[in-house]
Amino acid sequence: MTTRELTCVVCPAGCRMTVTLDDGGTVLEVEGNTCARGKNYAVSEITHPVRTLTSTVPMKTAAGKKMLPVRTDKPIPKEKLFEAMEILHGVKAQAPVKTGEVLIADFIEPGTNLIACRDEI
Amino acid sequence: MLYDVLIVGAGCTGVMTARLLSAKNVRVAVAEAASDVATGATAANSAIVHAGYDAKPGTLKAKLNVRGNKLMKRLSAQLGVECKPVGSHVIGFGDADLPMLEELYRRGIANGVEGLEIIGADRLRAMEPNVSPEATHSLWAPSAAITCPYGITIAAADNAVTNGVDFYLNFKVSGCAYEDGVYAVTDGKKAIRAKYVVNCAGVHSAEVASILGERDFPIEITPRRGEYFILDKVCGNLANSTLFVCPSDRGKGILVSPTVDGNLIVGPNAYAIGDADDRSTTAEGLAEITAGARRIMPNVPMNMAITSFAGVRSTPNQYDFYLKRSEQLPGVIHAVGVESPGFASSPATAEYLAGLLEEAGLVLEDKKDYIPTRRKDGNHVQFNRLSPGEKAERAKADPAYGKIVCRCETVTEGDLLDMLSAPIPAVTVDMMKKRLRAGMGRCQGGFCSPRVAALIAEKTGCGLDRVTKHGGGSWLVTAREEEE
Amino acid sequence: MDLNEKKLIVIGGGPAGLAAAVAAVRRGLDPSSILVLERDSEPGGILNQCIHAGFGLHRFGEELTGPEYSGRYIQMAREAGIPILCDAMALELTSDRRVTFVSPETGYVMVQAEAVVLAMGCRERTRGALGIPGTRPAGVYTAGCAQRYVNIEGYMPGHRVVILGSGDIGLIMARRMTLEGAKVLAVCEIMPYSGGLARNIVQCLDDFGIPLKLSHTVVKIHGRDRVEGVTIAAVDEANGRKPIPGTEEFIECDTLLLSVGLIPENELTRGAGIGISRATNGADVNQYRETSAPGIYACGNVLHVHDLVDFVSEEADIAGTAAAERILGQSGAVVKSLPVSTGFGVRYTVPERIDLTAEPEEVRIFFRVSDVYKKVQFFVETAEGEVLAKRAKSAAAPGEMESLTVPAEKLAGLLDKDCGGIRVYLRETGGQSK
Repeated sequence: MTTRELTCVVCPAGCRMTVTLDDGGTVLEVEGNTCARGKNYAVSEITHPVRTLTSTVPMKTAAGKKMLPVRTDKPIPKEKLFEAMEILHGVKAQAPVKTGEVLIADFIEPGTNLIACRDEI
Repeated sequence: MLYDVLIVGAGCTGVMTARLLSAKNVRVAVAEAASDVATGATAANSAIVHAGYDAKPGTLKAKLNVRGNKLMKRLSAQLGVECKPVGSHVIGFGDADLPMLEELYRRGIANGVEGLEIIGADRLRAMEPNVSPEATHSLWAPSAAITCPYGITIAAADNAVTNGVDFYLNFKVSGCAYEDGVYAVTDGKKAIRAKYVVNCAGVHSAEVASILGERDFPIEITPRRGEYFILDKVCGNLANSTLFVCPSDRGKGILVSPTVDGNLIVGPNAYAIGDADDRSTTAEGLAEITAGARRIMPNVPMNMAITSFAGVRSTPNQYDFYLKRSEQLPGVIHAVGVESPGFASSPATAEYLAGLLEEAGLVLEDKKDYIPTRRKDGNHVQFNRLSPGEKAERAKADPAYGKIVCRCETVTEGDLLDMLSAPIPAVTVDMMKKRLRAGMGRCQGGFCSPRVAALIAEKTGCGLDRVTKHGGGSWLVTAREEEE
Repeated sequence: MDLNEKKLIVIGGGPAGLAAAVAAVRRGLDPSSILVLERDSEPGGILNQCIHAGFGLHRFGEELTGPEYSGRYIQMAREAGIPILCDAMALELTSDRRVTFVSPETGYVMVQAEAVVLAMGCRERTRGALGIPGTRPAGVYTAGCAQRYVNIEGYMPGHRVVILGSGDIGLIMARRMTLEGAKVLAVCEIMPYSGGLARNIVQCLDDFGIPLKLSHTVVKIHGRDRVEGVTIAAVDEANGRKPIPGTEEFIECDTLLLSVGLIPENELTRGAGIGISRATNGADVNQYRETSAPGIYACGNVLHVHDLVDFVSEEADIAGTAAAERILGQSGAVVKSLPVSTGFGVRYTVPERIDLTAEPEEVRIFFRVSDVYKKVQFFVETAEGEVLAKRAKSAAAPGEMESLTVPAEKLAGLLDKDCGGIRVYLRETGGQSK
């Protein structure tokens, strides 16, 4: 049995959690979390850590070039962040776009989309 | 193009000389190693137009300072640059300082400084309520003034360009050939040809003398660095005039002074350094200045500092300025070792150097169509210096003046566009900063510098990655990966 | 636009100003009598460049990016019909609510308002304020300035980066620059703890193996044209956090980012002669966020620096509602004013005073602790020792804003009593559990 200390990143409270694992790496217990999302984060962080990626891509608008903020609509595997950035470096958006509009479907993972984070006419 | 006169160095001495010659019927060029005029000691000094009591009677320093003080006030009015005759005090702490104050008083009288008085503690405190309780006397010099040294130098340079002077910026003199009465001065890529050369290269003037061909040049320059703090505008009224302590062999010492822009300046110390271009500040130096400033004004709020900087003076191995015709090179004039009061003296030094050019054979006649202002259509006044009524009128006439870019100093887009089309166009972030104070306020450009850079990029038709802070390798940003 | 109709001027079109204007309309104010002045070319404030996620959990129950959060308020303001004037800069304010501003659309004008909401936000502390010695090359940026270059302009402000200060913007930029291909060599923090949120340490530094050097600072900047390196050193906690000789280390880099604190931007406020708190650098306010000048309210980072925009919006609701009530003639008369002071472990509170009307409503007091504490209990107490509110917490740090709500009935109870004021403090409960 081993324990690991984690800081929750789900919300700004940043709860300090202690996770107890069996020898096979299965989570036995999470302590210190103050909500259910914290517990889920702890389990995910131990077994398969994920992060939401946010970035910007160049966008053509009527007025010229502008940067469009984008993000993944679900967290993606942490180890794929740089791979995702590589893909983003080749992406160009075209106005008009709406907040939440899917720019790339099945981005990195099936069922995960890259979406726009602002309206642009 | 064959010029009559090439001036090497666009500090205050070189620029004032170029401006003076631009009123005459001669072709003048100025070569400057930096990306702007007024970048060396002219950009980093105490910003004082000294009264002229400090220099020993009979010296060039004494004569040129006193005359320069008068000329500077006239010139500032002519070019629309602020110059406030706030006066100065040399503060004495106890009777031990009195002999020095009396000596300065005698020198001042001999030099022709007007209005000098030694005053007691009560009068001093009435004039300067925040001065140290230990201050007992002061030498009051009402003719001392404050101005923006680089501001007036830039204005003078614009005025010179308007009257036909050519400025070669980013031109670092590295070689010189002399043939048939003509000097070809080169930066290794281009050559500027002129019959007369005036060496006003500041901390590099001894070096330039040897490039021009001087052998056994008698003057050696010791670069001497001085560090300063600028305090927030809320501190600008802590001093009503410039407050000095008694001078020592290292110079005039640490002063506390209001600036024309409403800040408080404190400094400098003075240390010889090996590298003439080393304008870095040090922790020790800044601590020393804090201590020095507290001696004059014990409650000076150093936590209100918005920036610190250092300037390098060119201290020669003799007391006086070295302003002379070359004994070896016909038509070459040297202005070397011009340390304090070099800025205050500069309009008078220009007259003196013009005299040396005439002695060397150059004929100077007044130009008929000379334009006395910064541009053909006068001196453009910045938005934030206008009255409320004028502001309303200006913003109505041109919406670009209704758009504030630098919010700390209220600089508008109209002002920036105006500087992009100035006689010397402002094409770096620091050029805009020195001309308009965009980025010089309390946020130090955190808000406006990306916007200023973006506007320069847009109007000069280049990418943001081509805009620099101050030329050379001072890049601000690079293109992101996908666009490289 | 008829400026003579304007009764409420909101200075600032970021999350605070927009929320205040929206709240004023909700309270019944005619939107055409409102004018929001925004100095940038579009509303949204600094959130427009904060493209990372982490906003809106309290307000909207979901995690949004900065542009999404500001987008919601822009949408609400548009739907409410609130006029927002962009590229408009307020230049002067008087205590009797005259606002002088300039914009390309209106020119240079002066408007007499019945109420003003100050929502100008804050600015970043600079190198100059810290007095870091060395040269003055290109490549020394505040974190927010670098953030603008990357996220708005779409350029990279550098490639080998040292960050001074572990405030949240610095941490966020460490990750952003890393994702964009830069190498962040170190984050130096002069304090023995980070000023940023714990989760940002994890997801911005730990995720990328970026070292956080606590009790370290930058002692010199090198390079003429562009930054060529910085010298860092450990500081002595016991000796005023002065650098310890012999611990200097040179780091070769082309960029130094500064994330060393935010300063509420109160030049207009000061110009109007409004009382400023030394602890917050923002106006002294009552629970309605009304300053010492009647009818002038303040909210958001211009009042005190927040760590969560959700609290900014909440504060702006209060200010906007109160401003509307004043204009509509619906403010209750103040019968008693109680100063709020700080006791042990508390650096500041907002509000700094509670003005009681005949029928008081509950008041949420926000505050920051002055050090890092484990296991504490917070108290709101009268000068006479009556506990008005209390709460226990397992850990507290200056980086995180705390709050306690004083119930309406407790405040009502003070109406007929002698009360010398209210005090907020904490008690360490440590190992001896309570």
